[in-house]
Amino acid sequence: MNPFRRLRELGLIGMNRRNASYILEHNPRRRYPLVDDKLRTKRLAEAAGIAVPKLLGVITSIRQLDALDTMLDGREDFVIKPTKGSGGNGIVVVTSRLGERWRRASGLPLSRDELSYHVSNILSGMHSLGGLPDRVMVEQRVRFDARFDAVSYRGVPDIRTVVYRGVPVMAMMRLPTHASDGKANLHLGGIGVGIDIADGHTTAAIWRNRPVRLHPDTLSSVIGLQVPDWDRLLELAAQCQALCGLGYLGVDLVLDQDCGPLVLELNARPGLSVQLANRAGLGPRLDAVDALRRIPHEACARAAIGREIASACA
Amino acid sequence: MRLLALSLILIGLSLAAYKANVLGLPLTPDTTAEVWTVDMRVQLRAHGGPVRVDMPLPDSDIAFTRLQEEFIATAFSAIIDGDGAERRAIWTARRARGRQTLYYRLQLTKGTTNLAQQFSPVPGYPEVPDYGEPQGAAVRGLLDSVRAASADIESFARRLVLRYNQPSGDDRVHLLRDGVTNAEGHVRNLIQILAGARIPARVAWTLELSKGMRAQHLQPWLQVHNERHWITINPETGATGLPATRLLWGTGKRPTVHAEGAEVVEWGFAAIRTQRDVLAVATQRAADVGSLLVSLSLFSLPVQTQSVYRVLLLVPIGALIVVLMRNIVGMQTFGTFMPVLIAMAFRETQLVVGITLFCVVVALGLLVRFYLERLRLLLVPRLAAVLVVVVLIMAVISVFSHRLGFDRALSVALFPMVILAMTVERMSVVWEEAGARDALQKGFGSLAVAVMAYLAMNQPLLAHLAFVFPELLLVVLAAALLLGRYTGYRLTELWRFRTALREWERPG
Repeated sequence: MNPFRRLRELGLIGMNRRNASYILEHNPRRRYPLVDDKLRTKRLAEAAGIAVPKLLGVITSIRQLDALDTMLDGREDFVIKPTKGSGGNGIVVVTSRLGERWRRASGLPLSRDELSYHVSNILSGMHSLGGLPDRVMVEQRVRFDARFDAVSYRGVPDIRTVVYRGVPVMAMMRLPTHASDGKANLHLGGIGVGIDIADGHTTAAIWRNRPVRLHPDTLSSVIGLQVPDWDRLLELAAQCQALCGLGYLGVDLVLDQDCGPLVLELNARPGLSVQLANRAGLGPRLDAVDALRRIPHEACARAAIGREIASACA
Repeated sequence: MRLLALSLILIGLSLAAYKANVLGLPLTPDTTAEVWTVDMRVQLRAHGGPVRVDMPLPDSDIAFTRLQEEFIATAFSAIIDGDGAERRAIWTARRARGRQTLYYRLQLTKGTTNLAQQFSPVPGYPEVPDYGEPQGAAVRGLLDSVRAASADIESFARRLVLRYNQPSGDDRVHLLRDGVTNAEGHVRNLIQILAGARIPARVAWTLELSKGMRAQHLQPWLQVHNERHWITINPETGATGLPATRLLWGTGKRPTVHAEGAEVVEWGFAAIRTQRDVLAVATQRAADVGSLLVSLSLFSLPVQTQSVYRVLLLVPIGALIVVLMRNIVGMQTFGTFMPVLIAMAFRETQLVVGITLFCVVVALGLLVRFYLERLRLLLVPRLAAVLVVVVLIMAVISVFSHRLGFDRALSVALFPMVILAMTVERMSVVWEEAGARDALQKGFGSLAVAVMAYLAMNQPLLAHLAFVFPELLLVVLAAALLLGRYTGYRLTELWRFRTALREWERPG
């Protein structure tokens, strides 16, 4: 059988279709800066009352490197991010202090000099889209809900939700592994775990493009886990559409053990692996959203529609 | 959008078709056209006073294309007078004495021959002449027997010519040929006989074009009108149509050279044949026609600029290859159009040498770049350092290969070094962040696309078409527009989604 036809029957969305039919159609270019700059996203979200990890400080130039010390004074853990990074590039997660040094999520030590070098690299644009000079964001490290400790290896799992025209249509949890160095990005070696939008339990998983059931480092099953606070999380994801005005949006959320679901960042070009993690194509769900006569204004109503569509397409 | 693309394709193709069919621009490279240079030479003995020479010129309406006309004579100036069959050159000199030679030089190509088949109105049917007897009876008898064996005017005329040339045993023909001594006389005789059947006919003055032909004169041929157009007939063999090596100079009265204030000693023709690039011929021809398309084309540019555009116009083709490879196949490259620039460098270095040099420079550059990583340099100084290293590597390769007598590698200098430096930089960043596999995959992807772009851009046919028919780039533009809305799967997505293909249950 023609494999292309098979892909279409499975409802899988390819890169060209995603770009031409969804991103170019529903994401106006002038909105991109809102999500490409994580600092702007964070401030917008804060203004709209959407929960985000706390911002500890911003460094905009090399001269401000000294401010790093006051920012981090007394802190055990924090995250360094380029405000315009992409694909997890340039993010350093520090989990604890080791005397004069820090310990990274990967377990490797990080000296003050290495930290400064990294920050200056970010400032000069090394980790940013287009290599433009950038700013550095220092923010609270999210402590992921302890219930997921068994399936995350030295890093913070996050939950990527694809929100189409305000309706959350598909979600996956991304688990860091030894290979991904504490980052949750799939192409760096993270595990993608599909989540049933309807009730928030994990259904299937993919690692390095192969289906898996166990976390390769901890050997715990990643299937059948229940994501706590799922309804709030889904609603939060649905809210983000109004925030940035992007019709085809990836919302990255984390579950903090104290603060609950937090929006980590927004992505105007969410990838397609979420389909493999869920063993389902996005196509039927996106079509179902397009077939709606009216899309409600309230985020909770859209989240409910997302749940309905997901159960209908399952 | 589709409409736009469709109209772009239509405009591009129809402009190209017009240029190919009407202006005769060649669709393939390396075609040459036969160009004849015909010299008409007139020798005069001037009496010492003012001289005026009136010389017939070839009919401008007839089936060949004048590429160039020149009038060459020391003391004379020439102007062209009249049009069509009446075209003449008037040579004048205020004072001339003794032997003078006038040259009229014509460069021509045999154009598309259908011009000869052009419709021309019937010139009027001749009255049946009064032949007197016994010639009248001979003409009538001859015409009757020819008419019995022919279907139309053309075959009638042919048959008559054949009969006229085989007098043996036919007294009527003997009678009619009697007293006629020269070729023109015979043709005029045939015209007279044809008038008996009321068929319009005239003398056609032709010139045999043979290589290195000297001192020829115009030969009279026969033309009959078949109510649609004039048909040329060889008055000796009856063969119809003008052979490719024969030039129709004019029709009707015998072309003669008149001179006032001098006497014409002799005049005649010489011809040589040369091969010329069809392109040059066609552009010349189109320029003579006054085609705006050609006068606004790239050929109007200085030669040096033309050669720049010969390369530049290939860039869109390379770009299209990149689009195909990235969006249809799904290959990954460093930088969108980096492969095109590398492909252009390959044009100079040749493929194998080019690939080798590219790999060597990038590999060495990467080694140095990994060392630079440890020095923790800021971005811009680091980029500058990589650039310096790349230039040094190129210089070293050139010197060493020259020492080793391998001069081909000297062409490494033609690589766009900034592009190479950026490739090294981006490759090392990907290497750091996503691993060696990703970096090598993208690196070889770039190289493969560059090779494909090179192969496409190095097609002589494509290069020729892009330069001679730049409007075809509208078609490339349309293809880019259409591919811009392509929503099908990429070839590599079969691999990417392989688990779905292999393991997901079939729907329904």
